[in-house]
Amino acid sequence: MSRRSVVAIVGVLLAVSACGEWRPDLPIIRVGSKSFTESYIVAEIVAQIIDETGEAHAERRLGLGGTGILYTALAAGDIDVYPEYTGTIGQAILKDPSATSVEVLRDRLKPLGLTLGTALGFDNTYALALRRDRAQHLAVRTISDLARHPALTAAFDPGFLEREDGWPGLRRHYGLRLADVRIMEHALTYAALASGRVDLIDVFSTDGQLERLDLTLLVDDRRFFPDYKAVLLARQSMPARHPRTWAALEQRLAGRLDTAAMSRLNALVDLERRSFADVAAAFLQRAGPARGADRQLVRLTLEHLGLVTVALTVAVLVGLPLGILAARRRRLAQLELMGVSVLQTIPGLALLAFMIPLFGIGKLPALVALSLYALLPIVRNTVAGLGSLDPRLLEMTAVLGIQGWRRLAWIELPMASITILAGIKTSAVLTVGTATLAAFIGGGGYGTLIVTGLALNDVATILAGAIPSALMALAIHGAFEALDRVLVPRALRRLPLD
Amino acid sequence: MIALRHVSKTFEGRRALDDVSLRVATGTTHVLLGSTGSGKSTILKLVLGLVRPDAGEVHVEPAARIGYVVQDGALFPHLTVARNATLPARAAGWSADAQASRLDALTKVVALEPALLDRFPHQLSSGQRQRAGLLRALILDPPLLLLDEPLGSLDPIARAELQEHLVAVIGELGKTVVVVTHDVREAFVFGATITLLNRGRVVQQGTFEELARRPAEPFVAEFLRAQAPPPAMTQYL
Repeated sequence: MSRRSVVAIVGVLLAVSACGEWRPDLPIIRVGSKSFTESYIVAEIVAQIIDETGEAHAERRLGLGGTGILYTALAAGDIDVYPEYTGTIGQAILKDPSATSVEVLRDRLKPLGLTLGTALGFDNTYALALRRDRAQHLAVRTISDLARHPALTAAFDPGFLEREDGWPGLRRHYGLRLADVRIMEHALTYAALASGRVDLIDVFSTDGQLERLDLTLLVDDRRFFPDYKAVLLARQSMPARHPRTWAALEQRLAGRLDTAAMSRLNALVDLERRSFADVAAAFLQRAGPARGADRQLVRLTLEHLGLVTVALTVAVLVGLPLGILAARRRRLAQLELMGVSVLQTIPGLALLAFMIPLFGIGKLPALVALSLYALLPIVRNTVAGLGSLDPRLLEMTAVLGIQGWRRLAWIELPMASITILAGIKTSAVLTVGTATLAAFIGGGGYGTLIVTGLALNDVATILAGAIPSALMALAIHGAFEALDRVLVPRALRRLPLD
Repeated sequence: MIALRHVSKTFEGRRALDDVSLRVATGTTHVLLGSTGSGKSTILKLVLGLVRPDAGEVHVEPAARIGYVVQDGALFPHLTVARNATLPARAAGWSADAQASRLDALTKVVALEPALLDRFPHQLSSGQRQRAGLLRALILDPPLLLLDEPLGSLDPIARAELQEHLVAVIGELGKTVVVVTHDVREAFVFGATITLLNRGRVVQQGTFEELARRPAEPFVAEFLRAQAPPPAMTQYL
């Protein structure tokens, strides 16, 4: 492979990633969803109605990680509409638990530039669930009854554990104590309950799993849980700009989707493994979309490769100069290495979350976070590579009158190229893995399948994202071996590193 | 012309040069003789401007363009011999043609086979590397040439051969040359003038004959004798 063809390939990859998705000439309505089944399904129904109405084109930004991320995205205009619950709006967004009715909430949201549709019809409230045999054995029927069993263990979703309308409030309201409370992704809590590893989990009243597992939902006898009526939360600009679409959504959805219906739709996805799009189409009594799995894989591969290529390119363009600068000044080197090391210690998901207030959701914040994450190996290896050059040869460089950029380009970078490229290679492989997290903030890529798989508790879907990601890491490793042959001077490749 | 006047230099508390004065006249060859740590290489670094004196003056004329040859050539491992040799010319902005013709002329001077020009340093013998290093030092035709243990890493036969050749080349080029060595025989072969150094001090300056006949200190005689072949051996050679 020649130097020129490498440049060409990188160029094409950059172009592909820049283009992103193909869009027809219609205005775009961005539909968001949280990363659990019900939210995916309702958002998919909304997207299909938008497309069907023909006034705009729906862009799906599904599976975003939580209320905070979605609300920020909505406020910033990165999404236009997503399914939310009245209780969540009052507690988590307006921070006022007394606001519960759709009308009151709509008034309170107006100053924020947001609006609500009519309630869809189902109520997805929190509930606590036990296995029926266990509940009977303990003679527990209501939440109040739990006070008599402080030895019980629970697994709660992170949201439920933290929210005032979740466990903290519930515990105070009922005066409850439990022996052990674990944090667990909602999709995994059912398995933990079914296997008997915990006694108690939080569920939603519309969970599809409720049908399959023989569970007892405890009665909220002292009426703690607020209403969680499903509504569409939208930017005011959306009904204003797309009145026909908004009318269609109201007509097709308002009051049409009751708790039992939603629970059945959830079960179709969770238990029968049908796709969100399929289930949404079935609800709308349309033919299922013909989106082939292979086409999706191609799209996700391009997205993933685009994320990795752009993030790595940026990291090299920033990291290499940083490394060169640091190699010149020892004190700066320590500061820099400390800085990029601290970045590395931030959990990937947290770093992505930090990006949202700055860059919203989607590809941009994902790219910024991935680039920052990719810096450490590049900076460190550049510093190490330039710092370990033979001082006799550097002295000779000065004597020969080779200075400034020539010294860097002719002598230092070529001699350090093996070490520097090793750093870039490490970064690239690392970034392929980290890029799977981008899906949590709508960045796309293989992570989309992993997030969906986690929402569905479906190992096959998780693997459908994880395996190609691992293969891509291997392929990129191979590609860099080839790149070594182009970029590392011939003579250095044969030399032992001394 | 090179002149050092009362130069002292200390590295991390260790005195490398202590009140050293010496003069190398234009067009002559001067040998700095001494063992490791005697300060002879430090003098070269002062002349090259790589380090500054703590006290005293270093005067080099003309100040620009000094050819520098070190042990084993110090060639850049990632560049061919030709690229190594023409680096200073490229940095000075010479045309490719000018570089090529200069390279061609110098391969004859240093007796390097032209076929070796496209090889990388690790593909050469030590003697060939040393000739390539000399070639690079001469590419800009510097009036001053500094040789730091130029034969240090060679095996005895290559050493004898290159030593003879170097002396001949230096004689032909008419440059001002400073040779640093710890080898008494080399000092004898190269040097019209020899400066013997010990622990950063000049012990004696003069021709080999003067040093041998009229040692300024017992150290001089001791140093010269230590490297002489035993008399019983010379009868067989």
